[in-house]
Amino acid sequence: MKIKGKVHKFGDNINTDEIIPARYLYTIDPGELAEHCMEDADPRFASRVNEGDIIVAGENFGCGSSREHAPISIKGAGVSCVIAGSFARIFYRNAINTGLPIFTSPEAVKNLKKGDTAVVNITKGEISKSGRKTVYKAEVFPGFIKEIIKGGGLMAYAAKMEQGKASQSRKTAGAGKSKKTKGGKAAVKKKKAGKKGKK
Amino acid sequence: MGYTITEKILLSHALDVKHIAPGDFIKAKVDLCFGNDITSPIAIKEFRRLGKDKVFNQNRIALIPDHFIPAKDNRSANQAKVLESFAKEYGISNYFELGEMGVEHALLPERGLILPGDLVIGADSHTCTHGALGAFATGVGSTDLAYAMAFGECWFKVPETIKLVFKGKPRKWVGGKDLILHAIADIGVSGATYRSLEFTGETIDMLPMDDRFSMCNMAIEAGAKNGIIEPDKTTEKYVKAALRKYKPSRKSYKAVKSDKDAAYSDVREYNISRLEPFVAAPHLPSNGKPVSEFRNVRVDQVVIGSCTNGRISDLKQAAAVLKNKKVNQNVRLVVIPATQAIYKEAIDEGYAEAFVRAGGVFCTPSCGPCLGGHMGILSEGEVAVATTNRNFVGRMGHPKSFVYLSNPAIAAASAVKGKIAHPAEL
Repeated sequence: MKIKGKVHKFGDNINTDEIIPARYLYTIDPGELAEHCMEDADPRFASRVNEGDIIVAGENFGCGSSREHAPISIKGAGVSCVIAGSFARIFYRNAINTGLPIFTSPEAVKNLKKGDTAVVNITKGEISKSGRKTVYKAEVFPGFIKEIIKGGGLMAYAAKMEQGKASQSRKTAGAGKSKKTKGGKAAVKKKKAGKKGKK
Repeated sequence: MGYTITEKILLSHALDVKHIAPGDFIKAKVDLCFGNDITSPIAIKEFRRLGKDKVFNQNRIALIPDHFIPAKDNRSANQAKVLESFAKEYGISNYFELGEMGVEHALLPERGLILPGDLVIGADSHTCTHGALGAFATGVGSTDLAYAMAFGECWFKVPETIKLVFKGKPRKWVGGKDLILHAIADIGVSGATYRSLEFTGETIDMLPMDDRFSMCNMAIEAGAKNGIIEPDKTTEKYVKAALRKYKPSRKSYKAVKSDKDAAYSDVREYNISRLEPFVAAPHLPSNGKPVSEFRNVRVDQVVIGSCTNGRISDLKQAAAVLKNKKVNQNVRLVVIPATQAIYKEAIDEGYAEAFVRAGGVFCTPSCGPCLGGHMGILSEGEVAVATTNRNFVGRMGHPKSFVYLSNPAIAAASAVKGKIAHPAEL
């Protein structure tokens, strides 16, 4: 799957207070949060950004608070993905959990300028400038993290897990066992967890 | 090869693995998960979408409205109400209302809800505070909290550990806050990204619990996944007192330490015997320098409080500086004890009186101005000295305001002088 979008460039240490200042944390609505996206880093970003645009930033993007409002406001503003030299760890996991695609690639950051059109192959983690051959590789996500992102976020992944358990229990019940046993449920859970535990 | 304390705690809670190494992705059981009035509404919304009729364990969740509390406006009141309703509906006993609440990272240890060897996640970046108890405690997002409330688990990438060894006896007025500001000035705001910061050495052994909380609190400001201090007699004394006083449902714990042959990605040593109190200038927590390097930095507001330095020994230190002195006529002094119990003790011990007689204000527990919420916002061009943990652009109010981070003694002295000052100057 490919993303194509206009680049908005930012520097190092863009923190969550700049991405979504505390004075806007009275709401969890993505639309309202989007209106103030990146406001203390660039007060005009929210009015300039278009659906599908890409944020390209330096090191330590998203440092500071754990506020999930940060990736929510970025996604709500229509940004299709964030490419950075490195991500702060809580923003990194919040982006994964909320289904905002993120890519770590210092080379891409060095070569993409404001206003460029970037092309991102989400599946392969490959980034390039529209019309150019050079491909910059982003860090690839391992194991069940890929499944979380593919599924659209952590809770979608959890809902699928629950559905899987429920249908497994129905199958077991249908096969002649009269009630769902605790052991039966645990055995299914363990099997699934074992699969995802591998790197 | 042995394990670090962080690795040991992750392994003992991990599902379906017998060994772990830095870089591994694991799922692990949590002993406690919690959130506040800003982060829990999203978590609760996501939890409800799963349609589960109960949480994984009613005693292993805590909901603490502390950021925009007492409710600063309609919408903040509504957000806090979301927590109250959810706690009632799902039987979550660890819900703390006005009159007994506190800033989450001061309240939870005080109540004996976090124990050595625990694996704790909180939907707040300063969850790393609780590493001072010898627990693995890390900040996560609201969705992680929703998942944990449902399943009692969280996913983690196992971090490498950086060991910071502190040697020497701290000088007067130098405490945990200065040690951590000094360390972050050395390693930078991303110097410990995705790593565990283990604080150790003879200096740490001497530190009281309040100072240990201050240090671990700011591990996130170096980008760390967690900060941690191996539990010892000081930790044990604190934990046992909390368990005796509050009798929480979980009383037993297994304290662990790093193996002698554990592997560290980096080891740094600091001899702090000559260290002065440190002040971090705007706009990064790593912008720390000795206080003597700040001459004639005029101040408009001083804030003493927060999950970093709002505990009783912080207030005691500030009160000692302010006793029989007057706050400068150009300065607003805002003192916010971190919990109701600390608030009461500050009154009993005469600290509250010292603040008020000096011309400061003594407020109910809240995160308040730390994140630019309420109870002391800065206007354009204003300068604050605060015992808080962050000084990014606009942190305490107007994007063109300025925050200097310090320990309580420096903050108190600055309130008297009207500029950044050391108590020795009074």
